[in-house]
Amino acid sequence: MTTPGTARHVGHVMGMPVTLALRGRHARDRVALTAWQQIMDSLHEVDRIFSTYRDDSEISRLRDGSLALADVSPLVDEVLHLAERARIESSGAFDVWTPGPGGVRSLDPSGVVKGWAIERAARFLDELTGTDTCLSAGGDMVCRTRVAGSPGWSIGIEDPNDPRRVLAVLPVTDGAVATSGTAHRGQHLVDGRTGLPPTRVASVTVVTASLTWADIDATSAYAQGPDAARWLSTRPDRTALVVWTDGTTTPVRTAPDRQAA
Amino acid sequence: MKRIVTWCLSTLTVLVLLFGYHTSTSGPGGVGSVVATPALPRESTSDDGSSGTPDSDQTTKTASATVTGPSVDTRWGPVQVEITVSAGEITDVAIPVYPDENPRDQEINSYALPILVDETLKAQSADIDMISGATVTSVGYQQSLQAAIDQADL
Repeated sequence: MTTPGTARHVGHVMGMPVTLALRGRHARDRVALTAWQQIMDSLHEVDRIFSTYRDDSEISRLRDGSLALADVSPLVDEVLHLAERARIESSGAFDVWTPGPGGVRSLDPSGVVKGWAIERAARFLDELTGTDTCLSAGGDMVCRTRVAGSPGWSIGIEDPNDPRRVLAVLPVTDGAVATSGTAHRGQHLVDGRTGLPPTRVASVTVVTASLTWADIDATSAYAQGPDAARWLSTRPDRTALVVWTDGTTTPVRTAPDRQAA
Repeated sequence: MKRIVTWCLSTLTVLVLLFGYHTSTSGPGGVGSVVATPALPRESTSDDGSSGTPDSDQTTKTASATVTGPSVDTRWGPVQVEITVSAGEITDVAIPVYPDENPRDQEINSYALPILVDETLKAQSADIDMISGATVTSVGYQQSLQAAIDQADL
Protein backbone atom coordinates (compact mmCIF):
# COMPACT_ATOMS: atom_id res chain seq x y z
CA MET A 1 0.00 0.00 0.00
CA THR A 2 2.80 2.38 0.76
CA THR A 3 5.19 3.70 -1.81
CA PRO A 4 7.20 0.84 -3.33
CA GLY A 5 10.72 0.53 -2.04
CA THR A 6 10.01 1.45 1.56
CA ALA A 7 12.19 -0.53 3.97
CA ARG A 8 11.03 -0.95 7.56
CA HIS A 9 12.43 -1.95 10.92
CA VAL A 10 10.13 -2.65 13.87
CA GLY A 11 11.07 -3.02 17.54
CA HIS A 12 9.60 -2.47 20.99
CA VAL A 13 10.83 -0.39 23.91
CA MET A 14 9.11 1.43 26.81
CA GLY A 15 5.90 -0.41 26.00
CA MET A 16 5.78 1.20 22.58
CA PRO A 17 6.23 -0.18 19.09
CA VAL A 18 9.02 1.59 17.22
CA THR A 19 8.97 1.74 13.42
CA LEU A 20 11.71 3.13 11.20
CA ALA A 21 10.70 3.54 7.55
CA LEU A 22 13.32 4.38 4.93
CA ARG A 23 13.47 5.12 1.22
CA GLY A 24 16.36 5.99 -1.02
CA ARG A 25 20.13 5.60 -1.06
CA HIS A 26 20.74 3.88 2.28
CA ALA A 27 17.28 2.35 2.79
CA ARG A 28 18.47 -1.27 2.76
CA ASP A 29 22.16 -1.09 3.51
CA ARG A 30 24.44 -1.49 6.51
CA VAL A 31 24.42 2.25 7.29
CA ALA A 32 20.67 2.08 7.90
CA LEU A 33 21.01 -1.06 9.99
CA THR A 34 23.66 0.57 12.17
CA ALA A 35 21.47 3.67 12.62
CA TRP A 36 18.51 1.46 13.59
CA GLN A 37 20.60 -0.34 16.24
CA GLN A 38 21.86 2.98 17.61
CA ILE A 39 18.29 4.30 17.77
CA MET A 40 17.08 1.28 19.75
CA ASP A 41 20.12 1.44 22.06
CA SER A 42 19.39 5.11 22.67
CA LEU A 43 15.73 4.42 23.52
CA HIS A 44 16.69 1.55 25.87
CA GLU A 45 19.14 3.89 27.63
CA VAL A 46 16.35 6.44 28.15
CA ASP A 47 14.10 3.68 29.48
CA ARG A 48 16.73 2.64 32.05
CA ILE A 49 17.02 6.22 33.30
CA PHE A 50 13.39 7.38 33.15
CA SER A 51 11.18 4.32 33.60
CA THR A 52 8.67 4.63 36.43
CA TYR A 53 8.35 0.82 36.30
CA ARG A 54 11.99 0.15 37.24
CA ASP A 55 12.84 0.57 40.92
CA ASP A 56 16.44 1.41 40.11
CA SER A 57 15.78 4.14 37.52
CA GLU A 58 16.77 7.69 38.42
CA ILE A 59 13.14 8.74 38.28
CA SER A 60 12.07 5.98 40.69
CA ARG A 61 14.90 6.99 43.05
CA LEU A 62 13.79 10.63 42.84
CA ARG A 63 10.27 9.49 43.67
CA ASP A 64 11.26 7.42 46.70
CA GLY A 65 13.63 10.09 47.95
CA SER A 66 16.86 8.12 47.63
CA LEU A 67 18.11 10.59 45.01
CA ALA A 68 18.05 14.36 45.49
CA LEU A 69 16.98 16.71 42.69
CA ALA A 70 20.38 18.39 42.94
CA ASP A 71 22.16 15.12 42.12
CA VAL A 72 20.42 14.04 38.92
CA SER A 73 22.29 13.22 35.70
CA PRO A 74 22.47 15.77 32.87
CA LEU A 75 19.74 13.95 30.87
CA VAL A 76 17.28 14.03 33.77
CA ASP A 77 18.17 17.65 34.40
CA GLU A 78 17.45 18.45 30.74
CA VAL A 79 14.04 16.75 30.87
CA LEU A 80 13.05 18.43 34.14
CA HIS A 81 13.94 21.83 32.68
CA LEU A 82 11.80 21.08 29.61
CA ALA A 83 8.99 19.99 31.91
CA GLU A 84 9.18 23.24 33.87
CA ARG A 85 9.02 25.26 30.65
CA ALA A 86 6.02 23.20 29.53
CA ARG A 87 4.27 23.78 32.87
CA ILE A 88 4.74 27.55 32.63
CA GLU A 89 3.71 27.79 28.96
CA SER A 90 0.54 25.79 29.62
CA SER A 91 -0.30 27.76 32.77
CA GLY A 92 0.00 24.59 34.81
CA ALA A 93 -2.20 22.30 32.70
CA PHE A 94 0.85 20.20 31.79
CA ASP A 95 2.64 19.22 34.97
CA VAL A 96 5.00 16.26 35.41
CA TRP A 97 4.32 16.61 39.15
CA THR A 98 0.94 14.91 38.92
CA PRO A 99 -1.60 15.85 41.59
CA GLY A 100 -2.59 12.80 43.61
CA PRO A 101 -4.79 11.97 46.60
CA GLY A 102 -4.49 14.39 49.50
CA GLY A 103 -2.78 17.00 47.34
CA VAL A 104 0.50 15.06 47.27
CA ARG A 105 2.19 15.39 43.89
CA SER A 106 4.28 12.60 42.39
CA LEU A 107 6.81 12.88 39.58
CA ASP A 108 5.95 11.30 36.23
CA PRO A 109 7.97 12.85 33.40
CA SER A 110 6.66 10.37 30.77
CA GLY A 111 4.76 13.16 29.01
CA VAL A 112 8.03 14.93 28.22
CA VAL A 113 10.31 11.92 27.83
CA LYS A 114 8.55 10.23 24.93
CA GLY A 115 8.83 12.92 22.24
CA TRP A 116 12.19 14.08 23.56
CA ALA A 117 13.62 10.54 23.46
CA ILE A 118 12.46 9.89 19.89
CA GLU A 119 13.81 13.23 18.68
CA ARG A 120 17.10 12.50 20.46
CA ALA A 121 17.31 9.02 18.88
CA ALA A 122 16.57 10.44 15.43
CA ARG A 123 19.97 12.15 15.41
CA PHE A 124 21.44 8.83 14.29
CA LEU A 125 19.60 9.29 11.00
CA ASP A 126 21.86 12.24 10.18
CA GLU A 127 24.27 9.76 8.56
CA LEU A 128 21.69 8.68 6.00
CA THR A 129 22.33 11.09 3.13
CA GLY A 130 19.99 10.88 0.15
CA THR A 131 17.51 8.88 2.22
CA ASP A 132 13.96 9.72 3.35
CA THR A 133 13.35 8.56 6.91
CA CYS A 134 10.39 8.42 9.27
CA LEU A 135 11.03 7.28 12.85
CA SER A 136 7.85 6.59 14.82
CA ALA A 137 7.43 5.35 18.38
CA GLY A 138 4.05 4.90 19.95
CA GLY A 139 2.37 7.06 17.33
CA ASP A 140 4.73 10.04 17.55
CA MET A 141 7.28 10.59 14.80
CA VAL A 142 10.11 12.51 13.18
CA CYS A 143 9.97 12.73 9.36
CA ARG A 144 12.79 13.74 7.05
CA THR A 145 12.93 13.98 3.27
CA ARG A 146 16.37 13.84 1.63
CA VAL A 147 15.63 12.24 -1.76
CA ALA A 148 15.47 14.76 -4.61
CA GLY A 149 11.89 15.13 -5.85
CA SER A 150 10.50 12.96 -3.07
CA PRO A 151 6.84 13.49 -2.15
CA GLY A 152 7.73 13.02 1.54
CA TRP A 153 5.66 10.99 4.00
CA SER A 154 1.92 10.51 4.35
CA ILE A 155 0.90 10.37 7.98
CA GLY A 156 -2.52 9.02 8.86
CA ILE A 157 -4.19 10.46 11.96
CA GLU A 158 -5.97 7.73 13.91
CA ASP A 159 -9.64 8.23 14.67
CA PRO A 160 -9.70 8.25 18.52
CA ASN A 161 -13.26 6.94 18.45
CA ASP A 162 -12.33 4.05 16.13
CA PRO A 163 -8.60 3.24 16.03
CA ARG A 164 -9.15 1.03 12.97
CA ARG A 165 -9.87 4.15 10.98
CA VAL A 166 -7.90 7.13 9.79
CA LEU A 167 -9.43 10.55 10.23
CA ALA A 168 -6.98 12.67 8.27
CA VAL A 169 -3.85 12.36 6.20
CA LEU A 170 -0.96 14.77 6.65
CA PRO A 171 1.71 15.07 3.97
CA VAL A 172 4.93 15.79 5.89
CA THR A 173 8.35 16.33 4.35
CA ASP A 174 10.40 17.58 7.28
CA GLY A 175 8.79 17.84 10.67
CA ALA A 176 7.41 16.06 13.69
CA VAL A 177 3.92 14.70 14.41
CA ALA A 178 2.59 13.84 17.88
CA THR A 179 -0.85 12.77 19.10
CA SER A 180 -2.12 12.71 22.67
CA GLY A 181 -5.41 11.30 23.80
CA THR A 182 -7.41 9.17 26.13
CA ALA A 183 -5.55 5.92 25.55
CA HIS A 184 -2.12 7.51 25.73
CA ARG A 185 -0.01 4.54 26.86
CA GLY A 186 -2.46 3.76 29.61
CA GLN A 187 -1.63 6.95 31.45
CA HIS A 188 -4.55 8.86 32.81
CA LEU A 189 -3.75 12.30 31.52
CA VAL A 190 -5.08 14.93 33.88
CA ASP A 191 -5.22 18.69 34.00
CA GLY A 192 -2.29 19.57 36.28
CA ARG A 193 -4.30 22.39 37.84
CA THR A 194 -7.23 20.25 38.95
CA GLY A 195 -6.02 16.66 38.87
CA LEU A 196 -9.12 15.82 36.85
CA PRO A 197 -9.26 14.18 33.41
CA PRO A 198 -10.07 16.68 30.67
CA THR A 199 -13.54 16.73 29.15
CA ARG A 200 -14.85 17.08 25.56
CA VAL A 201 -11.53 16.41 23.84
CA ALA A 202 -10.78 12.95 22.38
CA SER A 203 -7.33 13.54 20.88
CA VAL A 204 -4.94 16.30 19.85
CA THR A 205 -2.42 15.99 17.02
CA VAL A 206 0.32 18.60 16.67
CA VAL A 207 2.78 19.04 13.79
CA THR A 208 5.81 21.29 14.17
CA ALA A 209 9.58 21.26 13.66
CA SER A 210 10.52 19.65 16.99
CA LEU A 211 9.01 16.39 18.23
CA THR A 212 9.80 17.36 21.82
CA TRP A 213 7.46 20.34 21.49
CA ALA A 214 4.90 18.64 19.24
CA ASP A 215 4.46 16.02 21.99
CA ILE A 216 4.44 18.52 24.87
CA ASP A 217 1.93 20.75 23.08
CA ALA A 218 -0.35 17.84 22.15
CA THR A 219 -0.44 16.75 25.80
CA SER A 220 -0.76 20.33 27.11
CA ALA A 221 -3.67 21.05 24.78
CA TYR A 222 -5.36 17.74 25.58
CA ALA A 223 -5.09 18.44 29.32
CA GLN A 224 -7.01 21.67 28.80
CA GLY A 225 -10.10 19.90 27.47
CA PRO A 226 -12.55 22.40 25.93
CA ASP A 227 -9.76 25.01 25.68
CA ALA A 228 -7.46 22.76 23.60
CA ALA A 229 -7.91 24.47 20.23
CA ARG A 230 -7.96 27.97 21.66
CA TRP A 231 -4.68 27.39 23.50
CA LEU A 232 -3.03 25.84 20.42
CA SER A 233 -3.91 28.96 18.44
CA THR A 234 -1.58 30.91 20.78
CA ARG A 235 1.40 28.67 20.00
CA PRO A 236 3.90 29.61 17.25
CA ASP A 237 4.28 27.66 14.01
CA ARG A 238 1.94 24.78 14.76
CA THR A 239 -0.38 22.74 12.57
CA ALA A 240 -2.84 20.87 14.74
CA LEU A 241 -6.02 18.83 14.67
CA VAL A 242 -8.25 18.62 17.73
CA VAL A 243 -10.77 15.77 17.68
CA TRP A 244 -13.68 16.20 20.08
CA THR A 245 -15.56 13.41 21.81
CA ASP A 246 -18.63 14.12 19.66
CA GLY A 247 -16.58 13.30 16.55
CA THR A 248 -16.19 16.86 15.28
CA THR A 249 -12.76 18.29 14.58
CA THR A 250 -11.06 21.67 14.80
CA PRO A 251 -7.96 22.26 12.69
CA VAL A 252 -5.51 24.91 13.89
CA ARG A 253 -2.75 26.56 11.90
CA THR A 254 -0.56 29.29 13.34
CA ALA A 255 2.15 31.50 11.91
CA PRO A 256 5.79 31.30 12.98
CA ASP A 257 6.87 33.42 15.92
CA ARG A 258 8.50 36.32 14.06
CA GLN A 259 10.28 37.52 17.16
CA ALA A 260 11.89 34.15 17.70
CA ALA A 261 12.74 33.75 14.02
CA MET B 1 -1.96 -8.63 6.48
CA LYS B 2 -1.98 -6.93 3.12
CA ARG B 3 -5.67 -7.68 2.85
CA ILE B 4 -6.29 -5.91 6.13
CA VAL B 5 -4.52 -2.81 4.89
CA THR B 6 -6.53 -2.86 1.72
CA TRP B 7 -9.71 -3.24 3.68
CA CYS B 8 -8.90 -0.52 6.17
CA LEU B 9 -7.71 1.98 3.68
CA SER B 10 -10.10 1.19 0.87
CA THR B 11 -12.87 3.05 2.62
CA LEU B 12 -10.97 6.30 2.61
CA THR B 13 -11.25 9.00 0.11
CA VAL B 14 -9.81 12.43 0.02
CA LEU B 15 -12.62 14.84 0.58
CA VAL B 16 -11.49 18.26 1.59
CA LEU B 17 -8.42 20.31 2.10
CA LEU B 18 -8.86 22.33 5.21
CA PHE B 19 -6.88 25.20 6.60
CA GLY B 20 -7.59 26.01 10.20
CA TYR B 21 -7.28 29.75 10.05
CA HIS B 22 -10.63 30.33 11.64
CA THR B 23 -9.29 29.17 14.97
CA SER B 24 -6.21 31.31 14.73
CA THR B 25 -6.09 34.61 16.53
CA SER B 26 -2.75 35.50 15.08
CA GLY B 27 -3.56 38.09 12.49
CA PRO B 28 -5.96 40.55 10.96
CA GLY B 29 -7.96 39.74 7.87
CA GLY B 30 -8.10 36.05 8.65
CA VAL B 31 -10.35 34.12 6.33
CA GLY B 32 -12.66 31.27 7.19
CA SER B 33 -11.78 27.70 6.45
CA VAL B 34 -11.02 26.97 2.84
CA VAL B 35 -12.41 23.84 1.29
CA ALA B 36 -11.20 22.35 -1.96
CA THR B 37 -12.99 19.30 -3.25
CA PRO B 38 -11.07 17.74 -6.10
CA ALA B 39 -13.17 16.10 -8.75
CA LEU B 40 -12.59 12.41 -9.44
CA PRO B 41 -12.39 11.05 -12.97
CA ARG B 42 -15.44 9.12 -14.05
CA GLU B 43 -14.00 7.09 -16.87
CA SER B 44 -10.95 5.48 -15.33
CA THR B 45 -12.69 3.02 -13.02
CA SER B 46 -14.51 0.95 -15.60
CA ASP B 47 -11.67 -0.08 -17.89
CA ASP B 48 -11.15 -3.60 -16.62
CA GLY B 49 -14.23 -4.03 -14.49
CA SER B 50 -12.09 -4.90 -11.49
CA SER B 51 -12.65 -1.80 -9.45
CA GLY B 52 -14.73 -3.70 -6.91
CA THR B 53 -11.78 -5.85 -5.94
CA PRO B 54 -8.76 -3.62 -6.16
CA ASP B 55 -5.49 -5.46 -6.47
CA SER B 56 -2.81 -4.05 -4.24
CA ASP B 57 -0.08 -4.99 -6.70
CA GLN B 58 0.81 -1.77 -8.48
CA THR B 59 2.14 -3.53 -11.56
CA THR B 60 -1.17 -5.05 -12.53
CA LYS B 61 -2.93 -1.74 -12.85
CA THR B 62 -3.74 -0.46 -16.26
CA ALA B 63 -5.79 2.72 -16.10
CA SER B 64 -4.18 5.62 -14.35
CA ALA B 65 -5.21 9.24 -14.30
CA THR B 66 -4.10 12.32 -12.49
CA VAL B 67 -6.76 14.80 -11.51
CA THR B 68 -6.00 18.32 -10.44
CA GLY B 69 -8.45 20.16 -8.25
CA PRO B 70 -9.24 23.85 -8.49
CA SER B 71 -6.71 26.34 -7.24
CA VAL B 72 -8.04 27.97 -4.11
CA ASP B 73 -6.84 31.32 -2.83
CA THR B 74 -5.94 31.32 0.83
CA ARG B 75 -4.35 33.83 3.11
CA TRP B 76 -1.04 32.16 2.38
CA GLY B 77 -1.50 32.09 -1.39
CA PRO B 78 -3.00 29.66 -3.90
CA VAL B 79 -3.39 26.01 -2.90
CA GLN B 80 -4.18 23.12 -5.19
CA VAL B 81 -4.59 19.38 -4.71
CA GLU B 82 -3.64 16.71 -7.24
CA ILE B 83 -4.79 13.12 -7.00
CA THR B 84 -3.57 10.14 -8.98
CA VAL B 85 -6.18 7.47 -9.52
CA SER B 86 -5.16 4.02 -10.71
CA ALA B 87 -7.69 1.27 -11.35
CA GLY B 88 -10.23 3.06 -9.24
CA GLU B 89 -7.93 3.63 -6.30
CA ILE B 90 -6.33 6.85 -5.20
CA THR B 91 -2.66 5.97 -5.36
CA ASP B 92 -1.17 9.36 -4.77
CA VAL B 93 -2.10 12.70 -3.29
CA ALA B 94 0.08 15.65 -4.13
CA ILE B 95 -0.12 19.37 -3.54
CA PRO B 96 1.47 20.83 -6.68
CA VAL B 97 0.54 24.41 -5.88
CA TYR B 98 0.98 25.97 -2.51
CA PRO B 99 2.37 29.26 -1.31
CA ASP B 100 6.14 29.38 -1.62
CA GLU B 101 6.87 33.00 -2.31
CA ASN B 102 9.45 33.32 0.41
CA PRO B 103 11.71 30.90 2.28
CA ARG B 104 9.74 31.29 5.48
CA ASP B 105 6.56 30.15 3.76
CA GLN B 106 8.39 27.14 2.36
CA GLU B 107 9.40 26.30 5.87
CA ILE B 108 5.80 26.55 7.06
CA ASN B 109 4.63 24.31 4.27
CA SER B 110 7.25 21.71 4.92
CA TYR B 111 5.38 20.70 8.06
CA ALA B 112 1.92 19.86 6.84
CA LEU B 113 -1.17 20.72 4.94
CA PRO B 114 -3.92 18.72 6.59
CA ILE B 115 -6.11 16.76 4.25
CA LEU B 116 -9.19 15.44 5.94
CA VAL B 117 -10.31 12.13 4.58
CA ASP B 118 -13.73 10.65 4.80
CA GLU B 119 -15.20 7.24 4.32
CA THR B 120 -18.14 8.14 2.14
CA LEU B 121 -16.85 6.57 -1.07
CA LYS B 122 -15.88 2.94 -1.33
CA ALA B 123 -12.97 1.38 -3.19
CA GLN B 124 -10.67 4.34 -2.77
CA SER B 125 -7.44 4.29 -0.84
CA ALA B 126 -4.75 6.65 0.24
CA ASP B 127 -1.06 5.92 0.58
CA ILE B 128 -0.31 6.04 4.26
CA ASP B 129 3.21 5.48 5.60
CA MET B 130 2.74 5.86 9.33
CA ILE B 131 -0.07 6.28 11.87
CA SER B 132 -0.11 8.99 14.51
CA GLY B 133 -2.45 8.14 17.35
CA ALA B 134 -2.84 7.85 21.08
CA THR B 135 -3.63 4.14 21.09
CA VAL B 136 -0.37 2.93 19.56
CA THR B 137 1.10 0.69 22.27
CA SER B 138 3.05 -2.56 22.17
CA VAL B 139 0.09 -4.38 23.71
CA GLY B 140 -2.29 -3.35 20.94
CA TYR B 141 0.29 -3.28 18.17
CA GLN B 142 -0.60 -6.58 16.45
CA GLN B 143 -4.17 -5.41 15.88
CA SER B 144 -3.23 -1.89 14.89
CA LEU B 145 -3.32 -0.09 11.59
CA GLN B 146 0.38 0.64 12.09
CA ALA B 147 1.14 -3.09 12.21
CA ALA B 148 -0.85 -3.65 9.02
CA ILE B 149 1.09 -0.92 7.25
CA ASP B 150 4.42 -2.24 8.55
CA GLN B 151 3.55 -5.78 7.43
CA ALA B 152 2.73 -4.62 3.94
CA ASP B 153 6.34 -3.55 3.50
CA LEU B 154 8.21 -6.13 5.58
